[in-house]
Amino acid sequence: MTPRLGLHAKPAGMFVREAGRFRSEIMVAKDGVEVNGKSVMQLMLLAAEFGSHVTLRITGPDEAEAAAALERLFVRKFDEE
Amino acid sequence: MIIIKGIGASPGIAIGQAYIFEDEEIVVTRTEIPRDQLRGEVARFKAAQKATHRDLDAAEAKVLKLLGKNHAKLIDAHRLILRDTLITHEVPQRIMNEGVNAEFAFSETLEAVNMQFEKLEDEFFRERRHDLFDVGKRLLAHLLKRNRRDLASIDKPCVLISRNLLPSDTINLQESRIRGFATDLGGKTSHTAILAQSLEIPAVVGLSDVSRRVKSGDTIILDGEQGLVIINPTAEAVAKYEKVQAEQIEAERALEQLRGLPAITLDEKRFELEINLDSSEEMKSVLALQSDGVGLFRTEYLYLNRPTAPTEVEQTKAYTTVAKAMSPRPVIIRTADIGGDRLTQMGIEGLKNETNPFMGMRGVRLFLRHLDLFKTQMRAILRSTLKGNVKIMIPMVSSVGEVQAVRRLLAQATAELKAEGVAVPEKVELGIMVEIPAAAVMLDAFIPHIDFVSVGTNDLIQYTLAVDRVNENVTHLYDPFHPAVLRLLQHVVSTAHNAGKWAGVCGEMTSDPNAVPLLVGMGFDGLSVSPRMFLRIKQTVCRLRHVAMAKLAAKVVTCSDSDEVRRLMREQGL
Repeated sequence: MTPRLGLHAKPAGMFVREAGRFRSEIMVAKDGVEVNGKSVMQLMLLAAEFGSHVTLRITGPDEAEAAAALERLFVRKFDEE
Repeated sequence: MIIIKGIGASPGIAIGQAYIFEDEEIVVTRTEIPRDQLRGEVARFKAAQKATHRDLDAAEAKVLKLLGKNHAKLIDAHRLILRDTLITHEVPQRIMNEGVNAEFAFSETLEAVNMQFEKLEDEFFRERRHDLFDVGKRLLAHLLKRNRRDLASIDKPCVLISRNLLPSDTINLQESRIRGFATDLGGKTSHTAILAQSLEIPAVVGLSDVSRRVKSGDTIILDGEQGLVIINPTAEAVAKYEKVQAEQIEAERALEQLRGLPAITLDEKRFELEINLDSSEEMKSVLALQSDGVGLFRTEYLYLNRPTAPTEVEQTKAYTTVAKAMSPRPVIIRTADIGGDRLTQMGIEGLKNETNPFMGMRGVRLFLRHLDLFKTQMRAILRSTLKGNVKIMIPMVSSVGEVQAVRRLLAQATAELKAEGVAVPEKVELGIMVEIPAAAVMLDAFIPHIDFVSVGTNDLIQYTLAVDRVNENVTHLYDPFHPAVLRLLQHVVSTAHNAGKWAGVCGEMTSDPNAVPLLVGMGFDGLSVSPRMFLRIKQTVCRLRHVAMAKLAAKVVTCSDSDEVRRLMREQGL
């Protein structure tokens, strides 16, 4: 988890915006709990803090593109300043 | 006079009449809706949702103007909450299945989500539910056709007292004449607190019952630094706080006037006042300080919390950002001072647990063992030299052999890049961080191999006095004014200057207004300071006389203990 304060409202929002561009189903899991990556509230409820590990499970027609796009988001550290 | 202690959420002092902002208690009643009207009820909910979206558009425009793009993303997150399936599916379903009114279906849905948030152990994430309430209240107000009171319309100067303050309310404070606010609820990390800090409005939160204890028109003193609210203070207390407030404003103004001016003593000796940088992301705020350069760019952040080592491209981008922004002012990039634990995290065969990592495999020691990592960083730094005035500094050096090994690596990286057609300059300055006493004591032996030195005071003090700063049994022995430390500092400056080399100092000592007179007296060429203390230290330098401080510095190194050093300084009025 690369945003400095974890997956709070702003980065969760960015994640959902990005995920929403794809038709694939995007699930995000942490500590055995899996939620819908297109729901900002479910993502916030994951309470994924800085440095924690989440697993993305992406299935569907555009899964490769979705995976690449979401990975870029983490590498860019969610454009935090 | 009553004093209540809360949490200081945004610093500053506000004095004024209380304005009680009652959190409109929205009472939602359950009403059964006839079957044939349920579709209409769902439509009513959807209309309220649309109206809320329009609210958010307006709020977004406002935040964009006041606070910029980054803060505006918060509003976008609110928009996504409003559009979340937990609301868009759940509420119409409840209306249809339970045959109830939209208000009730909606507040029940919110409550269910809220319950989940309350179960979170992490305080920071639990606080995020206020984002949900914020959106929820807007929507309910639309359903009930109630106008939420607009704080922007408060036109007399006052201190706002409220049970809670939503981020959307806080945004409106800028346009109002509210001098500060105090709330029963909230934490230091809530968006309301963060917004208050950005808007520079003093705020105290987490006061539990302040909204019930204060009446409209009471006189209030708000101390955002200490997290205090004083209700109906004595004339004495008001006078005291007014004085502090006036002093703060005056001190702030005095510091502001130094922005952009050189750090120069009363007898006109100029010092290079630079910034310690922890990450390229801090660049924007650091630029505003108009420093003489970056005296220490710590690159460790690039190696933290990641499964693989940072690539050359990634590093080049970070270094170039800083080099370009500062150009033509110098940027000293310190190669990563990481320990073995970081390697293990990045999936590189690391080292067994070290019992004393401060004296273990870190800094240049580690990188000379993992030459691939070292070379990648060197190449990235070299690439960034094309865009600015970049110098390289090596941490944790204890022997000349290490410097020679780094020189060879640097030559190799330069040759490689040239062969690849990258026009890296012939000469890039290479310096060492003097933090191990061995390097300080025999600096003359290092001098022929290096272009400059910079003292890292934190580690130098810790190693010289054999004090582990995190060990509470001995922290009292950690003492920047210990004559042994001062002698080493003096020795480093004179050895460097005798050889015509630049000597700087970084570390916490340079950000301590009490220690700076000695560093000025010793004649360090550059002082690298934490951004927070930059203007304050410039002020200190500008108020000193170099000649007097040089005499003092010559005297303190002959003291037998730090008490004597401090006494000498006091005699000088320092």
